[in-house]
Amino acid sequence: MQLETTTRNDALIITAVMPRIDAAIAIQFKDEMRDACDGGPARVVLDLADVDFIDSSGLGAIVATMKLLAPDQKLELATLSDNVDKVFRLTRMDSVFAIHSTTDAAFTNIIHAS
Amino acid sequence: MSNSSQHHDKYMKFAIPGTEIAVRNGLADTISALRVLNLSGEDYGTIELVLAEVMNNIVEHAYADSPDGVIELTIQPKERGLYCTFNDNGHPMPDGTVPLGNLSSLNCEVDDLPEGGFGWFLIRDLARDLEYKRKCGKNILTFRIAIELPNLPVS
Repeated sequence: MQLETTTRNDALIITAVMPRIDAAIAIQFKDEMRDACDGGPARVVLDLADVDFIDSSGLGAIVATMKLLAPDQKLELATLSDNVDKVFRLTRMDSVFAIHSTTDAAFTNIIHAS
Repeated sequence: MSNSSQHHDKYMKFAIPGTEIAVRNGLADTISALRVLNLSGEDYGTIELVLAEVMNNIVEHAYADSPDGVIELTIQPKERGLYCTFNDNGHPMPDGTVPLGNLSSLNCEVDDLPEGGFGWFLIRDLARDLEYKRKCGKNILTFRIAIELPNLPVS
């Protein structure tokens, strides 16, 4: 499992370089996400472009990550594949996270909003 | 017997060790075997999700203290979808029934958001005719994944 981090406009972008976030790696994913976000900026964007499959354990790990963030931090998601998007929609977790079509859109939206 | 009815009698059988990593590999093998049906990517996504949730539950609960447990999966493709049967020798379902899998309210503070309980919700949402039986120390779960199979391959 691999998480790659970059910063852009004072936001932290974490790219999940893995084909699946499933029960086999959910706990490890949560731990590594927490480490990646620790002490980071207020805005964290998780790019899921490489992820083809997520199960309920993977979804739980992303929710758990958000709950582990510092009070001033917020987790957003970008580039959900059809399969991943479906899991967020069915469980209505798409109402909990800001979800962007791409990481670029995550920053375009901010410009439009301000 | 016509070719198509021969196909209807055909079962795909899988035996998957009851561990998270084995489930991941077993899912890949199962989806790979189902490629013969030429379904859409969306259908394969739905199938993999339902099968993953059922198998994760077996590993996590039925085989919680049985690292050597085996999950048996039988899939029969028919016109009305994939008829799936799971057998395992693990603990029975709590209360002898399939959990309701209701979603918790999301209208709450971030700290109170649910991190689990999505599995049975997804299974119930995506599978039809869900039935559970406990028989001779085995859990038997059957359901249908309702996808159209207009072009059943001739075997």
